Amino acid sequence: MSDNIVAEIKKEYIYDLAKRDERADGRALDQYRNISIETGVISKAEGSARVQIGDTQVLVGVKIQPGEPFPDTPDKGVIITNAELIPLASPTFESGPPREGAIELARVVDRGIRESGALDLAKLCIEEGVKVWMVFIDVHVLDYDGNLIDAAALGAIAALLNAKLPNERYDMGKDAQLSVEDLPVAVTVAEIGGKLLVDPCLEEEQITPTKLTMIFNKDDAVAGMQKSGTGMLTSEQVYQAIEMASKKAKEIRKKFLEKG
Amino acid sequence: MKGKPEKLIVKGKRLDGRKLDELRPVKIEIGVLKRADGSCYLEIGNNKVMAAVYGPREVHPRHVQEATRAIVRYRYNMASFSVEDRKRPGPDRRSIEISKVSRESFEPMVIKECFPKAAVDIFVEILQADAGTRTAGINAASLALADAGIPMRGLVSSCAAGKVDGQIILDPMKEEDNYGEADMPIAMVAPDNVTLLQMDGHFTKDEFKQAFELAKKGCAQIYEMQRQALIAKYGAEGKQ
Repeated sequence: MSDNIVAEIKKEYIYDLAKRDERADGRALDQYRNISIETGVISKAEGSARVQIGDTQVLVGVKIQPGEPFPDTPDKGVIITNAELIPLASPTFESGPPREGAIELARVVDRGIRESGALDLAKLCIEEGVKVWMVFIDVHVLDYDGNLIDAAALGAIAALLNAKLPNERYDMGKDAQLSVEDLPVAVTVAEIGGKLLVDPCLEEEQITPTKLTMIFNKDDAVAGMQKSGTGMLTSEQVYQAIEMASKKAKEIRKKFLEKG
Repeated sequence: MKGKPEKLIVKGKRLDGRKLDELRPVKIEIGVLKRADGSCYLEIGNNKVMAAVYGPREVHPRHVQEATRAIVRYRYNMASFSVEDRKRPGPDRRSIEISKVSRESFEPMVIKECFPKAAVDIFVEILQADAGTRTAGINAASLALADAGIPMRGLVSSCAAGKVDGQIILDPMKEEDNYGEADMPIAMVAPDNVTLLQMDGHFTKDEFKQAFELAKKGCAQIYEMQRQALIAKYGAEGKQ
């Protein structure tokens, strides 16, 4: 609640700046904050990544274990994505079952991994109808300074790139690298006073009426989109946002995911 | 469930005989519930949805009320019998997300300042589902809000576009949703305000543009139907 009052006071300031193509933290409208990724930070997890975007920090852990396939897809592995906005990460987060914000976060991250085909679910089948690999992607938010979706999505794909199939533990031969087929990158754009700002920080996120997250594949195709927030966009803004985001997605993929 | 049909588009026609850019048949009835302040029953193809609006009314629990404006709440709920395999009753993660984005598709349109400290509650029940339930729910809710006399800046109209067999189509039905390559529901308020936009699947940028423009055309058609339904119910020539 108190956070919203601060946001009201800052609102006009941020809108005025946006009008002049400026931002409170000095960034250009199409400038992303600094990103850093550290992988393999949790050795107990099959894959893990800690992502920082400015002061936003998320930890994504991937656990992989054999389980039963869903009856309608007996020859396919399972992806389950979960996100928690734990009270450690922000004075506005409360403990308890996930609410719509956390659920949306998890579902958009899931959509990026699933729809991009980053994991070939057929390859995760161990024995049709009996046993498949279940890949659990768990997003732990550590520090909330805006734009959780991009951070979590980046953490998810980085953790998957880092993940191993734990064959040894289940007497199925040697551990093997999890095969990752695509590199989806999510980029979120916020609308403030008719201007589009990439990678909104917390202050911007609190006052923006509308965010649009776009997830791009390696081939620059769109794998997922999610408009969020109580405002609206014109068609022109949607097209503009896509161009802006696709450029950023390419840069991020090249710099952080393709180096290996 | 039946397996994937070999082709979803044959000679430019879809499995149900529609052209690529054709909506399913729509049926709208406004003011069908006695107790609700506003209501609407809507069918599109095999979807059957009921929307009810209660409010403006007192907010419970108290602490979520806003001093200067009304809050809007939206509950999307699927009946357990609305789908092939029985759905476990109650909210799940999918319906919570749909409720959120649907509510957000209305927030810029409801003139909330008219009713400080009040709540406008929108309830959408999916009675039968055949792909496109969130868009059908939004279309019905829009009319239920109008029926309840809630001041709005415009009518929200919603429709999806998708991709099947590599072609862009309007208003995917179940088979096209299951076996298609992309699905993109949007909601619009005339003339050019996008209030809901979601997408999953695979669109090249050109395909996205084509699908987005097609979905907007679909919304314009839905808008006309909504307008006609309101005129039929409340217009001077209507039966009152």
